[in-house]
Amino acid sequence: MTHKRWFTPWLLIAPAAVWLVVFNAVPAINTVILSFTNAKPLGGGQFIGFGNYTRMLDDQQLVDALINSIVYMVVCVPLLTLLPLLLAVLVEKKLRGIAFFRIAFYTPVIASAVVVALIWGWLLNDRGVINGMAERLGFLSDPLPFLTDRWLLLISAISLTVWKGLGYYMIIYMSALGNVSRELHEAAAVDGAGPVRRFFSVTVPGVRNTMLLITVLISVFALRVFSELYILSNGTGGPGGRDMSLVMLIQLYGQGLTGHLGYASALSVLLFVVTVGPMLFLARLNRKES
Amino acid sequence: MARSGRGFNTISPAEKVVRYTLLLVVLVITVGPFLWQLSTSLKSVSEDVFTQTPTFVPQHPTLSNYAEVAKTIPVWSYAGNSLIVAILVVAGNAIGATLAGFALAKLRFRGSKLVLGLFLATLILPSEVTIISQYVIVRGLGFADSLIGVALPGAIQMLNVLLMRTAFLSIPADVDAAAIIDGATAWQRLIRIGLPNVKGMLSVVVIFSFIFAWDDFLWPLIVLTDPDKYTLTVGLQYLNGTFSSNPRLIAAGTMIAFLPIVVIFALLQRFFFKGVDAGAIKG
Repeated sequence: MTHKRWFTPWLLIAPAAVWLVVFNAVPAINTVILSFTNAKPLGGGQFIGFGNYTRMLDDQQLVDALINSIVYMVVCVPLLTLLPLLLAVLVEKKLRGIAFFRIAFYTPVIASAVVVALIWGWLLNDRGVINGMAERLGFLSDPLPFLTDRWLLLISAISLTVWKGLGYYMIIYMSALGNVSRELHEAAAVDGAGPVRRFFSVTVPGVRNTMLLITVLISVFALRVFSELYILSNGTGGPGGRDMSLVMLIQLYGQGLTGHLGYASALSVLLFVVTVGPMLFLARLNRKES
Repeated sequence: MARSGRGFNTISPAEKVVRYTLLLVVLVITVGPFLWQLSTSLKSVSEDVFTQTPTFVPQHPTLSNYAEVAKTIPVWSYAGNSLIVAILVVAGNAIGATLAGFALAKLRFRGSKLVLGLFLATLILPSEVTIISQYVIVRGLGFADSLIGVALPGAIQMLNVLLMRTAFLSIPADVDAAAIIDGATAWQRLIRIGLPNVKGMLSVVVIFSFIFAWDDFLWPLIVLTDPDKYTLTVGLQYLNGTFSSNPRLIAAGTMIAFLPIVVIFALLQRFFFKGVDAGAIKG
């Protein structure tokens, strides 16, 4: 016979709750507190008011990082909202061997961003295969400096993010497509609507909510970019450090014994502020759904 | 599925050709770069990898680059380090998320709504926002520059707790009610009724915890300073910075980091795609 013990649920929750407090709640609060100090990795940490925040206003690297973020978002959002949907429609039909294609298209997602960036770094190298082919076919007389020009490096990193993200969003669209009514498709087909017409008048409206969700996910993801830019620029942040992202700046100031934890924390708060908008929008969307 | 002669599901031969052509084009785009890297890693030193007409199939395939990269950086011990971190993270998430997910879904207790709300609230917090403060904490606990320090913050991820809760919630209440009437304890309900019914979600949590830990770069980069303790991703970026003159070695290194994850995913993907297909069949 059971003697119901009130503490059993708490016992089961305890490990996760400890992690929630120690690695989520406390760091979140501490980030805000540190952002008002001049803390260094070794001791220090006087309260300096809004010093770190006013310092941001004169930080040219931060301005560059924010510009990079905006470019990242503006390019990634439409591409990663549309292309994975087309892919999902392509792998939707149960053709022979389709399972293989689905898995293959997902491969870039499971690879580490480091692995992917090293592979693309080699493809985009001055003497790599992309420049080599373009020169051989006569498109270029000199190699394009994909990895050493500010904007080309940014575009390269963005292409890499898009390429790596295709399979991930394809999967999300695939489960959404399952819920698009087949009767609607059939009815449209009977009425003589071609595949393109059906895509825009049946498929797209059917996955509208998923599209919104994905738009938000990509916006936040674009603001959090790190590994692609770090590896492609070999940790330098590109020519003159102008290809830094916000997270690269956080890592730059937060890491090592010479770091500046206070400023890194203020940048972290900034990152939270720019990502929270899309996130809250998503949370509202979810609540409506359920 | 029953099909009428000219049903919606029949695909004309022309459409088939178009579809397969497109599938192959996308295949080249998504998988081609990996194959190119694999090919580079197998090319011998005598083969010029920089020519304008590089060949896709190595002329004299060799594994010597894999031996060579191990002489340059301790790549196998880096792989071992990554594996240790991944095992700790997988174990932590499988256990921690299952226990908490079960309690939140199936046990009634005072304050459960509040706890659930707190777990949900963490989802709007990108991990990069707290990464510096997490480092301060891990250092305070004495785990800076250690593999435990790398594994610790991700060892129970809040998203996984919520995923497991969702899985437990989908178990019908009357199945559970019978066990309660029979006098089963919470523990017995978890083992006998809960676990067999959440295998699918648990596999997803395991796969993604492993991939997350194995692929992670920013956090180990911040935590680790001793080159002996590097995980594969940090070691590879170090290799890239030092020896970028020989792409064959970097290619071999990336393949060592990439192939294990492909094998694991290939072995476990059916659990992953089953969920996707289940959703697809419904429509």
